[in-house]
Amino acid sequence: MKELELARDRWLERCEQLGAELSEGEPGFLRRLRREATERFAERGFPSPRLEEWKYTNVAALVHQPFEPAKPARGAVGRADVERIAFPVFACSLFVFVNGRQAPELSTLVGDPRKLRVESLARLRRESPGALEGRLGARVDLREHPFAALATALLDDGAVVTIPDGAQTSEPIHLVFVSAANGAAPLVLPRVLVSAGRSSRATLIVDCVSLGDGPCFTNAVCEVDCAPDAELHLVLLQREGARSFHVANVSAHQARDSRLATHTLSLGGSLVRNDLAVELGAEGAEATLHGLYVGTERQVLDNHTLVDHARPHGTSRELYKGILGGSARGVFRGRILVREGAQKTDARQSNANVLLGDGAEIDTKPQLEIRADDVKCSHGSSIGALDQDALFYLRSRGLDLAKARDVLTQGFAAEILRALPVAGLGDCVAELLLERLRGPAVAA
Amino acid sequence: MGADAMLEIRDLHARAGDAEVLRGIDLQLRPGEVHAVMGPNGSGKSTLAHVLAGKPGYEVTRGRILYDGEDLAALAPEERARRGVFLAFQYPVEIPGVANNYFLKASLNAIRAARGEPELDAMDFLGLVREKMKLVHMPETLMGRAINEGFSGGEKKRNEILQMLLLEPRLCILDETDSGLDIDALRVVASGVNALRGPERSMLVITHYQRLLDYIVPDRVHVISEGRIVHSGGKELALELEERGYAWLEKAPPGAEAAAP
Repeated sequence: MKELELARDRWLERCEQLGAELSEGEPGFLRRLRREATERFAERGFPSPRLEEWKYTNVAALVHQPFEPAKPARGAVGRADVERIAFPVFACSLFVFVNGRQAPELSTLVGDPRKLRVESLARLRRESPGALEGRLGARVDLREHPFAALATALLDDGAVVTIPDGAQTSEPIHLVFVSAANGAAPLVLPRVLVSAGRSSRATLIVDCVSLGDGPCFTNAVCEVDCAPDAELHLVLLQREGARSFHVANVSAHQARDSRLATHTLSLGGSLVRNDLAVELGAEGAEATLHGLYVGTERQVLDNHTLVDHARPHGTSRELYKGILGGSARGVFRGRILVREGAQKTDARQSNANVLLGDGAEIDTKPQLEIRADDVKCSHGSSIGALDQDALFYLRSRGLDLAKARDVLTQGFAAEILRALPVAGLGDCVAELLLERLRGPAVAA
Repeated sequence: MGADAMLEIRDLHARAGDAEVLRGIDLQLRPGEVHAVMGPNGSGKSTLAHVLAGKPGYEVTRGRILYDGEDLAALAPEERARRGVFLAFQYPVEIPGVANNYFLKASLNAIRAARGEPELDAMDFLGLVREKMKLVHMPETLMGRAINEGFSGGEKKRNEILQMLLLEPRLCILDETDSGLDIDALRVVASGVNALRGPERSMLVITHYQRLLDYIVPDRVHVISEGRIVHSGGKELALELEERGYAWLEKAPPGAEAAAP
């Protein structure tokens, strides 16, 4: 574990230097946030597989890579790249971030700016940092998440999404974070802050892709606040190249009667770790957590979720599905916490996996902690292969074996894909997942 | 002999897992003929259907299956389907997440491609499938649903016959298509099957009961017992079986050839 400590110390040095540069001119609350984050990272360092939370996911390979905080690389991505990357069907507001920094020349807002604001975090930090006070860093638990602490110590740019009270947008908002992985090994820090106003309704896609086939390390932090009666659909799409490491922390808080649906789609990267925490912080909150992870070769795809029922009358529905071929490894750990007094909680969790080959592996573990006595909680998990009878049925109707397998694989994912809140996205992802299963993930 | 047969089964022995289920089947089916295969439970009827369709897990240990003079057992299930072999399943498989209409279109276009015909586009497919659905009284709502998922027993069997009508196979194997059907559904299914009867198409109708054969009248009836055909006759044999049961045939000594191990 000496190596993890050495790596931590290396990164702490960078936090000191770069943090000092970045914090120049920043108000006290931001400086304090950076300092606290640096301290938290210093305490925890990079997680060792001896920790229960990291038992199945070894970050040694990540730590060995000589990643450096990404330099601005505006010229590295052009309009043509964006058009190729952004699924064409959505016709929605597009905001592009290259190596973590907003590229306004590649971004377009569709619709009424009064219904939606997407601002650059770097610009807000400089020009009106007051808008960030009490919001930035308010939801993410830096004590528990050293990667998020590192990202916060080095925070620079990102997207600050504000959906005003009562605003209802039918057009999805597409945030594309492009890592330019051309030789240099960049650490890219996508940062997203979402405030969904009272009785607002919106759909947001946070999309991480990489250009080039070099290594990159994406360390994303997304904080979400849902005001009373807000409805937010959040699609977290990860489709980076085969040599990417992707660690993402999503922390959401829900106020009274708000509805949050997350769709976490992990389709690329050599190592992916998603930590998603949703706090149902007031009565009547409804949370839907959907996830799909698709891996092949030696990919590691790890999802840790926490559904925190803090108040009574909350409802949560969680469904994660995994498709694993080659020697891919999946991890699902779903924690449901029903706090004292959170009566009439109704929580369900399900994790289903299909293993396409003998080398694939899944570790699935529910973890229910129930401290109230009048609640409904259920969980279930399954692991299996493609149904042989179904394969024969399809083949007996003329579909060849490869096509029959594809059809069943897409069918397995259909429940997740159909629930996606953006028309056409499900079909795109259905295609993409087959592409990814067919061979090593190629960069966009 | 047999030069004009579409399907010629010679001394067929087959295993399902470790059990030898078929122990010397001989059967010939000429174009345009409909043969019924009857027999008690466990006699090997469904195994015969599965072996003909190429279900994995079944192994031909002796004998031959010739389809148009070619060795059928050497072909993958999809290849058999593309050459016109169709099995209507006794227990159609439920496949969650795959829409019935998507499946039918993919299937039809795979078969059409094998026949050298152009793919049907969405509109042409829709027109065709609607026409065929009427023949089996199938509501259109079943098209958008997942394959057989939550279908009633009758709906599943109609879906099988619908596929047969769409794919227009040359050799139709019906495996206990009557099981689980009430009399109205049975009539509908049978009329769908009869709509396909023609001089170039042959059918093997596997059933436990004579009832289905009131509606799909066979040219020949074979009785299978312990993996062999122990008796063959005209359509009146089915009626006799209905009256007398199978016991008198099972006890009867089979022909010398069939008795050889």
